[in-house]
Amino acid sequence: MDYHSPASFVEASALAANATGITRFLAGGTDVLVQLRSDLVTPDTLIDIKKINGVRDITRNADGSWTLGVAATGAEMSEHPELGRDWPGVVEAMDLIGSTQVQGRATLTGNLCNGSPAADSVPAMVAAGVTVTVTGPDGARELAVEDIPTGPGKTALAKGELISAVNIPARGANGGDAYLRFIPRTEMDIAVVGVGVNLRLDGDKIIEARVSLGAVAPTVLLVEDCAKAIIGTTLDEVALDALATAASAACNPIDDKRGTIEFRTEVAGVLAKRTAKIAYARAKGEHA
Amino acid sequence: MSKFHVSTQVNGDAVEFLCDPRETLLDCLRDKLNLTGTKEGCGTGDCGACSVTVEGRLVCSCLMLGVEAEGKQIETVEGIADGDMLHPLQKKFIEYAALQCGVCTPGILVAAKSLLEKNPNPTEEETRYWLAGNLCRCTGYDKIIRAVMDTAAELREAS
Repeated sequence: MDYHSPASFVEASALAANATGITRFLAGGTDVLVQLRSDLVTPDTLIDIKKINGVRDITRNADGSWTLGVAATGAEMSEHPELGRDWPGVVEAMDLIGSTQVQGRATLTGNLCNGSPAADSVPAMVAAGVTVTVTGPDGARELAVEDIPTGPGKTALAKGELISAVNIPARGANGGDAYLRFIPRTEMDIAVVGVGVNLRLDGDKIIEARVSLGAVAPTVLLVEDCAKAIIGTTLDEVALDALATAASAACNPIDDKRGTIEFRTEVAGVLAKRTAKIAYARAKGEHA
Repeated sequence: MSKFHVSTQVNGDAVEFLCDPRETLLDCLRDKLNLTGTKEGCGTGDCGACSVTVEGRLVCSCLMLGVEAEGKQIETVEGIADGDMLHPLQKKFIEYAALQCGVCTPGILVAAKSLLEKNPNPTEEETRYWLAGNLCRCTGYDKIIRAVMDTAAELREAS
């Protein structure tokens, strides 16, 4: 295994473009090293991106949007005094992943590129409308988070491409986001169902919404029918029931040891309602 | 396979070692620096037995490569006592019998010390969540939690 620690994303991209065999990028390593240790994936080339300037930065831009370096850890996100006030759902989703020790290393970008349908931070990022900057041999491009995963363990990134920044939109007025997941215990488990909701209000009425589901399909889903079910409403009981119906209808899950198809489909609806209520309360400026 | 020369600081001492890029920090601590206090449990970041701090941040040393330690400050269980003087956490673990087989103990001591440095007055719930990544199959956790809570109280009184 060749190990490289390039000083720029362009250099990292060139290394990956010219590498043969299996290439992996190393940020927090909480998936890459587990796969290496369990002999699931032994990279021929490992490219550590943590020596690149600015990869740990969490920056609020002049327009209120946020740029996160690809190696900013979950712990650093949770400790940031402002990020969680703007985007509590994104920060809480990241914070649900693994132990204190894992939080000291794990990153949003790694969670996304690992390509798990059950990745906790991904539905939250999709709901928030997060995009990523992708650096490749032909320059940089910007992709929506929902366009990165293409199937379990698979991403839309081509050979030589890597994510070089995470871009979170400006929170703006009267908005709120939330993420909830179902697991059979209180901590240290993988989502059986995850739901991200992000919405904006005009008075009591929802005028914008994005709803995403995790662990109920081969990739995290952005569900337009869920958004339609609550836009224009005050999130009354009728709207909540329509939201739950749309969420369950969007599910295409598998049966596994953590949950059956029937259970996941039912829970997606229940969790969508609960998550939307939290996002709504946050948009109203209430603590939730 | 070319080896990497790594210079780092462990428990305040400057150390150097040569490692294969596939070797974890845990492998390097145990096999190259003979610091065998840090234990390997699962080797996949689930059990916390290999907990150390890197630049003050609690991590699993099995989920970090030795080459990544270049230029970093690392603290292991060997750095907790001051010579023959046990750290208050270590004394309380003995007093409360908060260990049986001892394999999880170094990781739990490192993790608990890290908690108390960050939060000198944690609630029991905060302590249990902080230590949720440190598995112990002997004690049932209760004695560990009580030892950590009592140490926190003692350290607050002393300061």
